[in-house]
Amino acid sequence: MLIVVCIKQVPDTTQVQIDPVTNTLVRDGIPFIVNPYDTHALEEALRLKDRFGCRVAAISMGPPNAEGTLKKALALGVDHAILLSDRVFGGADTLATSNVLAAAITRLHSDVDEVGLVLCGKQTIDGDTAQVGPGIASRLDYRQLTLVDKIVNIDFQTKIIRVSRKLEGRHEIVEAPLPAMLTVVRELNRPRYPKVQMRLAAADALVEVWNNSTLQLDEQQIGLKGSPTWVSKIFSPERDKGEILGDGNADPEGAASLLVEKLMAKDMLPI
Amino acid sequence: MTPNTSIFAPLLFISLALFVMGCWKRFGLIALGRPENRFDNAGKRLGEMFLYAFGQKRVISKPFGFNHFIIFWSFLILTIANTEFILNGLFPHSIKLIKLPFELYLPLAFMIDIATLLALTAVIVASLRRLFAPPYPEARTLDAFFILGLIAILMLASFTLNATELAVAINNSKADSAVLSEAAGSVMPVASFISGLLPLNHLELIHFIAWWAHALALLIFICYLPNSKHMHILTAIPNCFFRRLGKPNTQNLEEFVPGATFGVDRADNYSWKDLLDSFACTECGRCQNVCPASITGKPLNPRAVIHDIKVNLLENGSSLKEGKTPAVPLIGESGEGSISEESIWSCTTCGACMEACPVFIEHMPKLIKLRRHLVESESKFPEELLNLFENMEGRSNPWGIAPSERTKWCSQLDVKPFEKGKTEYLYYVGCAGSFDSRNKHVSVAMTQLLDKAGVSWGILGKDEKCCGDSIRRLGNEYVFDRMARENVTMFIELGVKKIITQCPHCFSTLKNDYLQFGLDLEVLHHTEMLNSLIQEGKLVVDKKTEEMGIALFHDSCYLGRHNDVYDAPRTLLEAATGKAPVEMDRKGSDAFCCGAGGGRMWMEEHIGERINLTRVNEALEKNPDTICVACPYCMTMFEDGLKDIKADGVKVRDVAEVMAEALLR
Repeated sequence: MLIVVCIKQVPDTTQVQIDPVTNTLVRDGIPFIVNPYDTHALEEALRLKDRFGCRVAAISMGPPNAEGTLKKALALGVDHAILLSDRVFGGADTLATSNVLAAAITRLHSDVDEVGLVLCGKQTIDGDTAQVGPGIASRLDYRQLTLVDKIVNIDFQTKIIRVSRKLEGRHEIVEAPLPAMLTVVRELNRPRYPKVQMRLAAADALVEVWNNSTLQLDEQQIGLKGSPTWVSKIFSPERDKGEILGDGNADPEGAASLLVEKLMAKDMLPI
Repeated sequence: MTPNTSIFAPLLFISLALFVMGCWKRFGLIALGRPENRFDNAGKRLGEMFLYAFGQKRVISKPFGFNHFIIFWSFLILTIANTEFILNGLFPHSIKLIKLPFELYLPLAFMIDIATLLALTAVIVASLRRLFAPPYPEARTLDAFFILGLIAILMLASFTLNATELAVAINNSKADSAVLSEAAGSVMPVASFISGLLPLNHLELIHFIAWWAHALALLIFICYLPNSKHMHILTAIPNCFFRRLGKPNTQNLEEFVPGATFGVDRADNYSWKDLLDSFACTECGRCQNVCPASITGKPLNPRAVIHDIKVNLLENGSSLKEGKTPAVPLIGESGEGSISEESIWSCTTCGACMEACPVFIEHMPKLIKLRRHLVESESKFPEELLNLFENMEGRSNPWGIAPSERTKWCSQLDVKPFEKGKTEYLYYVGCAGSFDSRNKHVSVAMTQLLDKAGVSWGILGKDEKCCGDSIRRLGNEYVFDRMARENVTMFIELGVKKIITQCPHCFSTLKNDYLQFGLDLEVLHHTEMLNSLIQEGKLVVDKKTEEMGIALFHDSCYLGRHNDVYDAPRTLLEAATGKAPVEMDRKGSDAFCCGAGGGRMWMEEHIGERINLTRVNEALEKNPDTICVACPYCMTMFEDGLKDIKADGVKVRDVAEVMAEALLR
């Protein structure tokens, strides 16, 4: 059984600023990181590997420098790391991206092992669309289980998975047959820290690169040509001023409990 | 009066064989350690060895240390008498000190007599101390009393032996040596006093009993020595020779190649010097009595760490030699011979243990090697460190704040970037000085003081990176190595030669740790820099500040103990306030840690009392109005501690802030 994790290299958005004149992201000198939600998907795959001995493949579509992201996945313990990189993949929206990723998963399915599970982060922190995971599931005709915060049970014999989905103010337990595509939230797990020995091995390891001559996709379905979405404008939203509640000087304890109350109402404090 | 050679010789042979076998076994175990060069600078090492091993400089600095000094030197003198005794036992009548020239023999006899008395007195004092006021409760071991008792028997037997010989010689008119013996009696006051008490008709029997008591005690001592903690008699002197020259304020580099092991999880991964340390420890307990973790009830006990390494080595010796997996884990909860993870993470790396150790055992680097194994090979560490590690690696600061915000503290100030070839001093602000809202005030004070003194200085701004101190002390050497190399490359490219830091952790790391990466910088802590500006007359205090009230100074471990900077902050405080700062009871090299060093700043403190509260309460005993610090970590720990106990009336100020108050307001 093979578990495929889709990961994306994203700019460290806490360090990104928007150019007020051109309305574009100022990306110069901004370091890249692995999309934080994807690190939880990766961790879950590695935990399943530790428990059941399945194999894990990490795939990422991106420019050649996205190799670093896959090396991080190798350092954490994935068995295969494949970079999907080709000029014709460039400029892709979520639809075109899911076409390429789905094709890569199909190829892994026939070349390496039967794919049982595809894991994605719930969304990326740069695009924030949350569409690529479900897109992949649609292309592959896999069941899709989004916003997973716990794998309750997985049975590779009967090929049934049961997960908990984190929805607003409630949880939902759902069951689906494998193969399935899961998008995961941060609460799912705590990602591991790479061991030095693995980092050194990963630094020397070769990341396999698949381009379109490997995947043989119709150029009308990938890259800019296959992308019906176009961005008309990017801007920083005007932030309305919030209101001041409570008086921290006069009644610090009252103000603190009001804050806790508000945070809990917004589901921002773990209970 | 003739010793029975035919019985003594085989017994001696057996004891010596046991002695050699014991030594062979233990030194063989030490040889399992990894190589480490401690043979450089032999001249200096010899000097240090004479000062600290023979001069017992550190031993005598604490109560009862002089008692040990007496035992040590008595033993050295009595080696002559014991050698005579053994040779005489093997070759009766052939070798006697008394056959030496008169002028040599008489002073020697006098020294031996007095040394025997002193040793006897000292072991009685030591026994009483152990009984009624032991250095730590577990010090009342059978082992300790056994060896003290054995020494007492040796001394008593030795007196009796000398006394009977004197009595026989003096009372035997035919003896050629009667005159000589009379002279000997006059220089051996104790032995001759005892000889007067002896019944003349039983001299033979008394001599026989005393001789064999002495012989057996000596032989037992010889066999016992290498098989107990008293092996320190053999290892402490070389341990002083092989001590780390200079302060043990850094850890060794690691080589990051595939297949290497990182850190230590079995005794033979330690260096031979680490293992020698474990055999040089005589468990005096001075380290545990100054350790902030031990004192506040954490599981860490530096004495026990060294003891456990020794026990582990002894238990696992044969399997280690055969390359098998050792039965007793070095890191584990299983008791003697294992060191628990809790205790490994409890160390604040304050260095008090190493400062206290009379024989220069290096506890802290051993704990960090264990941390390295946990972090680098097992990815096993307290969970709050995961964020720290990722923040450091991703954004080069402990909080994970965007590097672009490094210059926010000076956005309203006229601060210039460091320019290659133009700027003299790099002001390395550090993460706390750049991001911590309280410490930004210290950075601002520093810029004003440097400008007032007309110093040519600049900052790296957004390009400044964390020095990596916490990361290294937490055992994440892989990440530290990369951070250090990046910084070293940047400093070389920019031609940085002189650096000012306001954080003792940046200070020590840039000054000492980066030396290992080939970068020899002139690094000044801001207290040193300000002090030299005062000395050079570039900063003149016209008006003392009254703002501080009673000012008390707390030493930072990485400034004081690890780098010997004690006077600069005190001189500054005196210059600024007109009075020498009030001192705590534990000050200077004995100062007590604030609790934040060694990466503890970023960890929760769940067990025992809080270290910072212990120190805050100690400070409050002196009724200060202001607690003065010279370190951002100390600042945070004191402010938090004062808030915790609602002592809000007491202020905490960095020395630079006090100076700014005097010079700029």
